[in-house]
Amino acid sequence: MSTKRLGNQTVKLQNPPSIVSTACIAGPKEGKGPLRLYFDNIVEDEMCGEKSWEKAESKLIRETFALILKKANKSAEQINYVFSGDLLNQCIAANFGLRESEVPFFGVYGACSTMAESMSLGSMLIDGGFAEDIVCVTSSHFCSAEKQFRFPLELGTQRTPTAQWTVTGSGGVLLSAKGDGPYITHITTGKIVDKGIKDANNMGAAMAPAAVDTIVTHFMDTGFSPERYDLIVTGDLGEVGRDICAELVQEQGYNISGIYNDCGLMIYDRERQDTHAGGSGCGCCATVFAGFIYWKMMEGSLKNVLFVATGALLSPTSTQQGESIPSIAHAVSISTVLQ
Amino acid sequence: MKKTMTNKEYQIYVEKKSPKSNIGRNIIRAFIVGGLICIIGQFFTNALKMRGYGQEEVAGITSLLMIFLGALFTGLNLYDDLGRFAGAGSIVPITGFANSIVSPAMEFKSEGYVMGVGGRMFVIAGPVLVYGISASIIAGIVYYLLS
Repeated sequence: MSTKRLGNQTVKLQNPPSIVSTACIAGPKEGKGPLRLYFDNIVEDEMCGEKSWEKAESKLIRETFALILKKANKSAEQINYVFSGDLLNQCIAANFGLRESEVPFFGVYGACSTMAESMSLGSMLIDGGFAEDIVCVTSSHFCSAEKQFRFPLELGTQRTPTAQWTVTGSGGVLLSAKGDGPYITHITTGKIVDKGIKDANNMGAAMAPAAVDTIVTHFMDTGFSPERYDLIVTGDLGEVGRDICAELVQEQGYNISGIYNDCGLMIYDRERQDTHAGGSGCGCCATVFAGFIYWKMMEGSLKNVLFVATGALLSPTSTQQGESIPSIAHAVSISTVLQ
Repeated sequence: MKKTMTNKEYQIYVEKKSPKSNIGRNIIRAFIVGGLICIIGQFFTNALKMRGYGQEEVAGITSLLMIFLGALFTGLNLYDDLGRFAGAGSIVPITGFANSIVSPAMEFKSEGYVMGVGGRMFVIAGPVLVYGISASIIAGIVYYLLS
């Protein structure tokens, strides 16, 4: 019988790993958004000096990985594992971006939930005593995502008001068995939830039930109340999904309205930057977490954060075949102090 | 946990929650931009007629010029901005057809000229061509049988 499990979906880490370093690199549009001051680097050109968008995205991951190590004053040999994934077919941004890293590599795919999924797996490995230092890094790129999931960039189409804008950027964290926090204390792993939404231009609505399920399960498994948190933040539900999520969590008896936000709404000025329902992509919550949220936790203005990255597990093929959108949300509970 | 909505109930709820496209505004924009594109075409037609070209030549040359302009503005990264503003107004005219062929050609150039540009060029225009040509063949057969 495992002693670390709480309820059906949550684990309580007995040796909570610390997030000792983060890094995030953002694209030009994100670099003009409200969180621009919290990014480590902002690339001027979407191609990042490369020949293709896929190469550009790989470069983002490679540079973010290097920056995480540099900020922590570590070398690649000191890293036991790296968890990484992205949105491209066969996760080529991560695979190619880290092929020269010389670090044992676990490729993960959780669509836009990849950041929290990687952090969950990394934390459990450290808690289990299998590793000391683990890097989790992910990325997305507006152009490569549009190319794979939607239409060519230069095609003159209109987006629907519920459509979201894939973030160009990469973010990552270094988890360590030794450190002074912020600590990852609890992990609630999401189930695949599918409420039958088929509109790939309304992914916020497709993913919201998964987020609701994971947030409510987190409260039930741990016995925490929403008051424990200064911030509950979902990955990329956008405006439509955020509203649905807040409402449905409320219906389940938990009032999170005052402390709830969504990374997809934080990263852009939606009116000025014409991003419709908000940001999306693995890089969305990764850059917001590694930049803004981590900064605020280090500064002390945020003490307890529930980071819930959300992913839409669709593919262009499944959409064309008329399938609905299975979704997932993984929650990571982070605290600056151990209780 | 309180009982959650069924899929059907959730879909109806989402439908209510999701903002709708501003159809009135989109129609007016499409009308204005689509109209302007047609006026440009008409300008070419009239200019060519004044130079003494015949009706069939005029139609052909006008189409060629409009396709060229559509491709040119796609290459200059301007047609997508126009499309975002005008919607159907810039998709329906022949310039939009040129845009639908040139934009994937540009996009997939990184996969090479054969499998990239060549293989993907008609990824959007392809269905239009297949069903457009099929419809014209059927119409032709019907016309042949009736006449």
